[in-house]
Amino acid sequence: MHLSPDEIVYWQYGWFKLNATIVFTWAVMLVLVVGAWLVTRKLSIGLQRARWQNLLEIIVIAICKQIEEIGLRNAHYYLPFLGTLFLFVGMTALATILPGFEPPTGSLSTTTALALCVFVSVPYFGVRQQGIGGYLSSYVKPTWVMLPFNVISEFSRTLALAIRLFGNMMSGAIILAILLTIAPFFFPIFMTVLGLLTGMVQAYIFSILAAVYIAAATRSRSSQAGATIGT
Amino acid sequence: MYDITTIAIASIVTAGITTGIGAIAPALAEGRAVSSALKSLAQQPDASAIITRTLFVGLAMIESTAIYCFVVSMILIFANPFWNEGVAQAMAQ
Repeated sequence: MHLSPDEIVYWQYGWFKLNATIVFTWAVMLVLVVGAWLVTRKLSIGLQRARWQNLLEIIVIAICKQIEEIGLRNAHYYLPFLGTLFLFVGMTALATILPGFEPPTGSLSTTTALALCVFVSVPYFGVRQQGIGGYLSSYVKPTWVMLPFNVISEFSRTLALAIRLFGNMMSGAIILAILLTIAPFFFPIFMTVLGLLTGMVQAYIFSILAAVYIAAATRSRSSQAGATIGT
Repeated sequence: MYDITTIAIASIVTAGITTGIGAIAPALAEGRAVSSALKSLAQQPDASAIITRTLFVGLAMIESTAIYCFVVSMILIFANPFWNEGVAQAMAQ
């Protein structure tokens, strides 16, 4: 039994290993990019629309609505980043029903990379919205006593983002592997269905938490309610 | 110093205790969260969207503590560094 798809190595040349994480990450990225390119090749704004265009519009509008409900006003500005996070994590969770697919989010390196993207993007969006001084002053927000705690929470929530996604996806794979040895035929199907549900919830949680962090960094001083959810 | 049997016993017992406690406490917490969310859903059905979203986010935050315990016990069982060190020392002798 392997803990993560990092341990499945397909091809190796010197220090460069082509493991299952990289292969399946690129496969999912290829499916997303080529699929989006194929669908958006001929868009129509009339009443007659292709069914795939309808699907993509539903997804994009739903993500936009969620982002606006979090409290980010200009949703289209944040849509590329947050939507990509959601689509990638959700797609890897959905693709686990394909036999032989190892979810790349079940590897700590993938989730750490995603969490680092959030870690970098929060100050980026914060500085873009408020300027450097405005963003830095958000660290001393209630009083200056809270400065070390704010800095620590910046790192700990990044770690928590990575470990949460990794643990959820890995636990699904491991429970399946254990159940296959105990009750092979019928019961793993239910756990796969449950894994699909938790995978989609985790994708939702990941992007929502990223949106909450960005909203907390870009919001000037009006309300701190959203900031207290995810620390 | 590196007695393999002691390392194995300590790792397995600790992994069991970790997952056990890490399942009990988040289960209690999630039960409380869901019950109060249901209560407020019954009182204010109009706010169901906000309540459900906050409930999901909160449940994920609570569940992540259970996941941390699970990850720690998985590390203890499958990727224990002290176990590898002990095996290496036993091989060297």
